[in-house]
Amino acid sequence: MAALNQPLGDLAADLPAAAARRPGGLRASQRRRLKVFRYLTFTIFGLFFLLPLLAMVRFSLEGVKHGTWSVAAWTAIASYPGPPPLLSSIEITLELAVITSVVMVVLVVPTMIWIRLRVQWFSRVMEFICLLPLTIPAIVLVVGLAPIYNRIERYNVSALMLFWVYVILALPYAYRALAAGLNAVDATTLSEAARSLGARWGTVMFRIIVPNMWQAILNALLLTIALVLGEFTIAYLLTYVNLQVNLFEISRSTENAGVLFSASAATLLFAFVLLLILSYAGRRLRRGRP
Amino acid sequence: MEGLSRHYGTVVALDNLDLTVQPGELIALLGPSGCGKTTTLRLLAGLEDADTGHINVAGRDITRLPASKRDMGMVFQAYSLFPHMTVQQNVAFGLRLRRVTTAQRNRQAMEMLELVGLDTQAQRYPHQISGGQQQRVALARALAIEPQVLLLDEPLSALDAKVRAQLRDQIRRIQLEVGITTLFVTHDQEEALAIADRVGVMRDGHLEQLAPPTDVYSRPATAFVAEFVGLSNRLEGTVSGSTVTVRGRDLPLVDLSTPPGPVIALVRPEAVMLSSDSSSDSGPLVGTVIATTFLGATSRVTVDLGDTTILAQLSTSDASALPAGSRVSLAIRPDPVLVSAESQVTNGE
Repeated sequence: MAALNQPLGDLAADLPAAAARRPGGLRASQRRRLKVFRYLTFTIFGLFFLLPLLAMVRFSLEGVKHGTWSVAAWTAIASYPGPPPLLSSIEITLELAVITSVVMVVLVVPTMIWIRLRVQWFSRVMEFICLLPLTIPAIVLVVGLAPIYNRIERYNVSALMLFWVYVILALPYAYRALAAGLNAVDATTLSEAARSLGARWGTVMFRIIVPNMWQAILNALLLTIALVLGEFTIAYLLTYVNLQVNLFEISRSTENAGVLFSASAATLLFAFVLLLILSYAGRRLRRGRP
Repeated sequence: MEGLSRHYGTVVALDNLDLTVQPGELIALLGPSGCGKTTTLRLLAGLEDADTGHINVAGRDITRLPASKRDMGMVFQAYSLFPHMTVQQNVAFGLRLRRVTTAQRNRQAMEMLELVGLDTQAQRYPHQISGGQQQRVALARALAIEPQVLLLDEPLSALDAKVRAQLRDQIRRIQLEVGITTLFVTHDQEEALAIADRVGVMRDGHLEQLAPPTDVYSRPATAFVAEFVGLSNRLEGTVSGSTVTVRGRDLPLVDLSTPPGPVIALVRPEAVMLSSDSSSDSGPLVGTVIATTFLGATSRVTVDLGDTTILAQLSTSDASALPAGSRVSLAIRPDPVLVSAESQVTNGE
């Protein structure tokens, strides 16, 4: 009864306080503390990741004399003799990244859409197959693939042939990214709507479903490229020279340490720039959409 | 559609269905979940294949044609606009596939959008318009290709009541204006009765009754239809000859072949009339009002008869004179009644 007798004005005055007390609402002091905690955490982890990178860049800019600055290590990237020349291994790695990404997208995107639309019962099997490489150690993969690559080597092919194994390695990451994108679209209804309007399966796939999962495709591309740029184990064990293998070789001769750091920093920079480009492209593609 | 059947494993979704739709007619398929109404529509659209039977449209057998070649416009229950296209692009999509020139398809798309009252939203994306507007765009998109048959698969079920009623009327207006043959699937009987030329009540993969809405409501062909469409009071009675005696009143039977004996008679709430009665203490048709549900122009009154309760539908002004607790006497209008299928089965056993 006490509550019923309370004047309406008092109840209204209590409303903000009640809102502040409810589980979803936070007091100003709590919000402030949370904000400080966030900034602090962000700063600590930022420094944790950033300091080694800054150190790497600093080392790459170290002059001949201690404490001096020089861009010689950066300019040496193009002229570093090798063997093989650093520029050639960068070129091969970038080509590998492009080929792997293209093969991945061409192979996996239509397959996943087809399975979602036509043979849904197979989706679990597909998921299992795609995630399997995560559970297989690189060395086991190499042992399995070595006879095949030994046979291929007879034909004197380049390190670009590594793209097959890179596709397998990138499969789990690309699959997860694409599956998330496909789950966000009501593919079945969209395809049925398109078919009822006269669209064939190809049209459904490439003009209806794919445009709605561009962001997922870009994410899959980014993960694939990042994986290829940083891959060392398999290339090294299969005796091919990609960028990481070449950097490893450089690291074994200390007088070229500057080039090692500048090439590593350049790779990282490239990955960052790529990330920015892909996010920008994703935002443009999403423009006007939810 | 002739002898159309569809099975999902051991489940019979459609059982030898025959259905003929006249040109320009709107048929609403009504029934509980799993009765096969959506399956019928999907078979017609070519989104699923029939196990047996034939589908003929204007004399052409389209049973084995893929969905893309059937010339059917379909509006789905779920929002199905293509998110990456503007409203206009969505409507023009079917025309683009038919290689209509850009200028012509833009003009036709705008005409369709005008028809559904959304020409001002042409450049918006689906997420920028409301659910009701999205369904209107979907309707415009389906109509833009000038299909032979328009298929509507519960297009209003995701909308709120007010928008639903508005869009329902708009669909009917457009259907009459365009004169397109339409099959409308719904589980909402009010929706079906309001807009259809004929209503098909389905159960377990077959049609129980296909008739104009008034017939389905007032002359249900089976006890299932009587119980599914509208509310029915289930009152104990005894069949003898062509009548059933319910609480001392003889009511004519719809089905004269009903065997004699005890049954459950299905009496519509509108057939029950109430009058204030403080004099009678008891009797088979005297009771106490226990609740009144306001429905707008009419109200539904629940009366306790001692051994059972009965619903009566009255005008709100009449119902307001009978507050809860008041004693009332009942009269049952001698409309033809059906008996519950369950009661007959029980008797048969």
